[in-house]
Amino acid sequence: MVVIISVAGILIKSWFRPRRGMQTVTLIPGDGIGPEISTAVMKIFEAAKAPIQWEEKNVTAIKGPGGKWIIPPEAKESMDKNKIGLKGPLKTPIAAGHPSMNLLLRKTFDLYANVRPCMSIEGYKTPYTDVDLVTIRENTEGEYSGIEHTIVDGVVQSIKLITEDASRKIAEYAFEYAKNNQRASVTAVHKANIMRMSDGLFLRKCRQVAENYRDIKFTEMYLDTVCLNMVQDPTQFDVLVMPNLYGDILSDLCAGLIGGLGVTPSGNIGANNVAIFESVHGTAPDIAGLDLANPTALLLSAVMMLRHMGMHDYSKKIETACFNTIRDKKVLTGDLGGKSKCSEFTAEICQRVRDMD
Amino acid sequence: RDIVLLWPPPAKYGGRHTVTLIPGDGIGPELLNHVRELFRFSCVPVDFEVVNVCSSTEDDINNAITAIRRNGVALKGNIETLHTLPASHKSRNNLLRTSLDLYANVMHCKSLPGVQTRHNNIDIMIIRENTEGEYSSLEHESVTGVVECLKIITRTNSLRIAEYAFKLAREKGRKRVTAVHKANIMKLGDGLFLQCCREVAAGYPDIAFDAMIVDNTTMQLVSKPQQFDVMVMPNLYGNVVSNVCAGLVGGPGLVPGANYGHDYAVFETATRNTGKSIADRNIANPTAMLLASCMMLDHLKLYDYATMIRNAVLTTMNETRVRLNSPRRCSPHTFHN
Repeated sequence: MVVIISVAGILIKSWFRPRRGMQTVTLIPGDGIGPEISTAVMKIFEAAKAPIQWEEKNVTAIKGPGGKWIIPPEAKESMDKNKIGLKGPLKTPIAAGHPSMNLLLRKTFDLYANVRPCMSIEGYKTPYTDVDLVTIRENTEGEYSGIEHTIVDGVVQSIKLITEDASRKIAEYAFEYAKNNQRASVTAVHKANIMRMSDGLFLRKCRQVAENYRDIKFTEMYLDTVCLNMVQDPTQFDVLVMPNLYGDILSDLCAGLIGGLGVTPSGNIGANNVAIFESVHGTAPDIAGLDLANPTALLLSAVMMLRHMGMHDYSKKIETACFNTIRDKKVLTGDLGGKSKCSEFTAEICQRVRDMD
Repeated sequence: RDIVLLWPPPAKYGGRHTVTLIPGDGIGPELLNHVRELFRFSCVPVDFEVVNVCSSTEDDINNAITAIRRNGVALKGNIETLHTLPASHKSRNNLLRTSLDLYANVMHCKSLPGVQTRHNNIDIMIIRENTEGEYSSLEHESVTGVVECLKIITRTNSLRIAEYAFKLAREKGRKRVTAVHKANIMKLGDGLFLQCCREVAAGYPDIAFDAMIVDNTTMQLVSKPQQFDVMVMPNLYGNVVSNVCAGLVGGPGLVPGANYGHDYAVFETATRNTGKSIADRNIANPTAMLLASCMMLDHLKLYDYATMIRNAVLTTMNETRVRLNSPRRCSPHTFHN
């Protein structure tokens, strides 16, 4: 009798305890095509037997105490506990009164670095081949500080803020990323010939941090030179680190080189080891619910997440399956030039993942 | 053929124009030497008044500005700005543009038949506000470790550049003007710019007007550049977009640029590179500077000489079948009249 009770107790305990090695990740499906692509990613991860448990949360803004817009407390708690999140596209309704959801998340978790690796996808032809670079963009200050005034009627000033701390943090992150991902060089992008003090400060911090990473090559290049060379020969760039506005423009430029936002992964790194990986495309309300969406961007972001968590085998497996599917061109969604449905595309990737075992 | 908005420059003695020449640094001097040689060979009635600007003292740049005020027209190479110098030392090029109020920077990117590029049939005119915006050079360190840089947008200048863009579009028979902005983030600043463009657009019903956010614009430029016609934008976005377009049509050595104000005009290469790494090695591509000098000749109403030189440059390029990224010997070409 005692034996039965103890065995029952152990069984009950193991039922509620998370399986050993399983990591919990907060999943924010998002709006529009968000739920379908999130389901696709979950299916693929299941097929790959990746040790990830998903905790779905909703982040629609609510008015907190004091009248400020905040994300729901359960969502915040979940993220603080799990530290890793995966997010689909969020929409900002125009008359909702609350600020952009992405901005709110960024502020709540102090997501200071936006990382976008851009790698040419074999099988999705663009005029540019062999692109393999990473843009790391400072996400909290710079030109997007939101401080603007009308001095007199007809004269407006916008303030670009550059601080020592933020510049140092982003430079440190860039070099750490380069070291952990075996990248050979880091290039700081700036316009210090015109904005001497602000970009000058940014550059100085980058130089100081570069001193601690002697085995990684550090170069500086003007923004216009980078743009000019990027469209002629993108293979000369490796890791790029830059303030907010230049990062916004360059990261979208690089996304355009490899095929657009539908195939580009993105990750936001915050203080206290919080990281949220996301797809950067829109919610595509016109195809929502029709099983036509392309889950590649969210899938590649999830792969980035696996790499961040150190699960390199699983990330390689899923990424290879995804790229092979696109390369073979037999089952492709509409935006990649095919006629298949989202579920068929997902099933094909799942099959390849299973075949790899 | 009438040049929009500008009065013809006054300096013309004995049928010859005098033009200020500022060699600048890096590849500037050698490129401008080629221009002078070519003009001498073609018997163009233009005399050059050379003003050297050394990057350290204020006097040189003031002399240059006075010379341009005197002659009305200038041809220049880029003057290097060492960003290791303190913030009080302003960029010389910027100083020149703001002192002479050269408010419009015009660049015409056209795919050249003899140049292999990834995209074809590009024909974009870029009009960039040249005096304010992010290049106001107003910075201060309010607290140690926190620097503020001011971006100024004014109604007057935004209206002015939008007027210029639409007038030029109408004169050249272009169908669409696109304003490039980031008004979703910089609501007041770029919002004002966009509003001014819309106001001016209302007065030109024959020309279509639309607006595009700058990050989307760069993405569209690298995937489908053929969709753009005329683009107008504030200073920094103009820098980015003009460099992207120059790269798309073949590189910095091929595209000329012009800076126009009410009273003065300064011509240079579109991407304003100093090119220190290729200076004095006879490998810089002179096409951009030669085409800029043709634009200058058009401005001086010496249309025949401009056409002759332009045709010669383009024929030479097509015949020698220029390949991108291969150094091109910059020795004197044989020109056919």
